[in-house]
Amino acid sequence: MAGACAGGREIGVTQLHREGLIIVSTMETTDSERRDFLYIATGAAGVGFAGISVWPFIDQMNPDASVLALSSVEVDIGPIEEGQSITIKWRGNPVIIRHRTPKEIEDAKAVPVADLPDPAARNANVADSADAADANRVVDGNEKYLVMLGVCTHLGCVPIGDAGDFGGWFCPCHGSHYDTAGRIRLGPAPENLPVPPFSYLSDTKIRIG
Amino acid sequence: MSGHSSYEFSNPVVKWLDSRLPIVTMVKAQAMDFPTPKNLNYWWTFGGILATMLVIQLITGIVLVMHYTPHVDMAFDSVEHIRRDVNYGNIIQKLHANGASFFFIAVYIHMFRGLYYGSYKAPREVLWMIGVAIFLAMMATGFMGYVLPWGQMSFWGAKVITNLFSAIPFFGEAIVTWLWGGFSVDNATLQRFFSLHYLLPFVLCALVFLHVWALHVSGNGNPVGVEVKSGQDTVSFHPYYTMKDLFAILVFLLFLFGFVFFSPDYLGHPINYVEANPLVTPAHIVPEWYYLPFYAILRSIPDKLLGVVAMFASILILFILPWLDTSKVRSATYRPRYRQLFWILVVVCLGLGVCGAQPAEGGWVIASRILTAWYFLHFLVFLPLLGLFETPKPLPSSISESVLAKQAAKSTAAAQPAE
Ligand code: HEM
Ligand code: FES
Repeated sequence: MAGACAGGREIGVTQLHREGLIIVSTMETTDSERRDFLYIATGAAGVGFAGISVWPFIDQMNPDASVLALSSVEVDIGPIEEGQSITIKWRGNPVIIRHRTPKEIEDAKAVPVADLPDPAARNANVADSADAADANRVVDGNEKYLVMLGVCTHLGCVPIGDAGDFGGWFCPCHGSHYDTAGRIRLGPAPENLPVPPFSYLSDTKIRIG
Repeated sequence: MSGHSSYEFSNPVVKWLDSRLPIVTMVKAQAMDFPTPKNLNYWWTFGGILATMLVIQLITGIVLVMHYTPHVDMAFDSVEHIRRDVNYGNIIQKLHANGASFFFIAVYIHMFRGLYYGSYKAPREVLWMIGVAIFLAMMATGFMGYVLPWGQMSFWGAKVITNLFSAIPFFGEAIVTWLWGGFSVDNATLQRFFSLHYLLPFVLCALVFLHVWALHVSGNGNPVGVEVKSGQDTVSFHPYYTMKDLFAILVFLLFLFGFVFFSPDYLGHPINYVEANPLVTPAHIVPEWYYLPFYAILRSIPDKLLGVVAMFASILILFILPWLDTSKVRSATYRPRYRQLFWILVVVCLGLGVCGAQPAEGGWVIASRILTAWYFLHFLVFLPLLGLFETPKPLPSSISESVLAKQAAKSTAAAQPAE
C-alpha cells in the first residue's frame, strides 16, 4: 500500500510500518475525501440498482394481460321477470342484475340522501360528485334495472337478495344491510354496492365493462 | 457456539472434523450438556413439541406437494385424489390438516406459559419478540395453506382476509388488487399462495433458529422465576430434558393421531368439501378455530378500518409486552393479583374465540365488545399499574431452595397422614 516503497531502501518490518503510517497520515486528508466519495458513490449505486431491480418483482404480482383482457361481457336482460335477479360473472366477480318492482323503486326514492351512511352514487356511469339518490344508481334513467357488483364493500362477500332489514340485500358475513337501490344502510360496510361501467345496447341487452 | 473447542475427542475422525468445523462441540454444549434449571415443569415441554410439529408439517407438506395441483380447475380434485387414490394419502393429508391445528394448540399453550411465568421479562425480551414474529409467520402460513384445497371456505376465507387490506386509506384497493393479481381471488391468487405457503415454513425454521439461539444466550427461565445462581440449580439437558420432552411429545402426538385416525374432520368445516364458487358466499363463514379470537375482535368494532387496526394491534401489542409489565417479579406464583388477571385473560381469550364462531348479531356483538375492551385494558392499563401497586410474595433465594422446600413440605405431609 501507500508507504511500502519508501525510496528503495532496505528497511525492517517495524520501520516499514512506521514509515507507512507516517506516509498514510500525511496523505490522510485528500485520501480520505477521495475514499469517502468512492464509498458513498458505490453504496448509492448499489442501493439504487437494488431498488430499481425490486420493482419488476413487485409488479409481476399485479393483474396480468390475460386477466385485464377479460373485461367486458354482454348480457340479455329481457328474460328477467319483475322481482327477479340474476347473477353473472364479470372479471371474476358476481354482478347482480335486478328487475325491480315499482314498490322497490318507490321505497328507494323515499329515502332522503342525507339519511344514507354513504351519500355518494358509486356509479361508474355518472359523475363522481353525484349523490346517492335512486336516480343516480341506475343508467339512462332506466329505473327498472339495477346493475351492481355483488361484492360487499366491507370484506367482499356476496350479499343475499330479498333479505335484510331494508328489503334489499343482506351480507351474511358480518351483517351489512343494503336497501333496494343497493345502498348501505346498516352494518360495517362503508360504501354502497358499486355500479360497474355498463351501457344499454338495446332495451333488453347490456354490455358490462 | 464459539469456534474454540473445550472438549477432547478420543475418536480421531471426530477430532479431525471438530477441529475444522466444531459442530460436535456445539451439539454437545448446546443440546446435551446445556445447563438447564432442574425445576422445569411440563409447560416447558411445549417448545420441543412445537419443534416436532414444525418438522411434521414440513415432511407431510413436501409429500403432499408431490400430488397436489395448484390450479383453480384442478386443486379441489387433486386434494380428493390425494385422499382417495394416493397410497397413505388419506393419512398424510389428514396429518397435515390436523397438524396445523395442533401446532396452534401447542403455540397457544407455549405463549400462555410465557404470560404466566413472565418469560418475556429481561433478559428474554428479544427471545419473546422473535416468538411473536414466529406466531405471525405461523398465522400467515396457516391462512395460505387453508386456501390450497380450494373449497368454499378456502375461497371465502381468502377473500375476506385479503380484503382486510382494503381498509388501508388511499392505497387499500390497489394493494388488494396486487395481492390477488386480479379483480377477485382467482387462479393468480391460488398460485402465489401456494408459492408462499411453501416458502414460509422455511422462514419459520430460520426464526426458530434465532429463537433457540436467543434462548441459549439467556438460558431457560423456570417456574419460580429466580435466575440460575449455581450449578446446583441445573441439570444437563441430556438425558434429563431430552427424555422429559420426548415423553411429552409422544403424549401430544397420541392426541394428534387420535384426531387423525378417529375424527379427522372434527376441526374442519364441512362446507370446505364443496368446491369454491366465486358467485355464492356460504351462509356462515368462519375462519379456522385458531383465528377466531382475532376474528371476534375484528367484528366487534363497527368501523372497517378501526376493526382491522384493532385486530392487528391485539397481536402487535405482544411485541411491547416486556415493557408494559412493570413488575420485576417474573412468575405469577409469587404475584397473587397478577395470577387472577392471568386467568381472567385466559377466559377472555376463550370467550373471544366462542364469539368469533357465532354470527355477528345481537348479544354476541356486545359480548365481543366487552371482551375486546378487557383484552386491551389488560395489557395497556392493568399490567403497567399492577406492577406499581401489587405486593409480591417473598421469593425463594434460589431454585435449589424452592425445590428443597417443596420436598420438605411433601415429606412432612407424608409423615403425618390425615385421619
Ligand atoms: C414454531 C414455533 C415455536 C417453536 C418451535 C418454539 C421453540 C421453543 C423452544 C424449543 C423453547 C425452549 C423450551 C421451552 O421453553 O418450552 C422455547 C422457549 C421460549 N419460547 Fe418458543 N417456540 C415457538 C414459538 C413461540 C412463540 C409464538 C412465542 C411467544 C410469542 C414463544 C416464546 C418463547 C419464550 C419466551 C421462550 C423462553 C421460555 C423460558 O424458557 O423461559 N415461542 N421456544
Ligand atoms: S363482508 Fe359483507 S358484512 Fe363483512
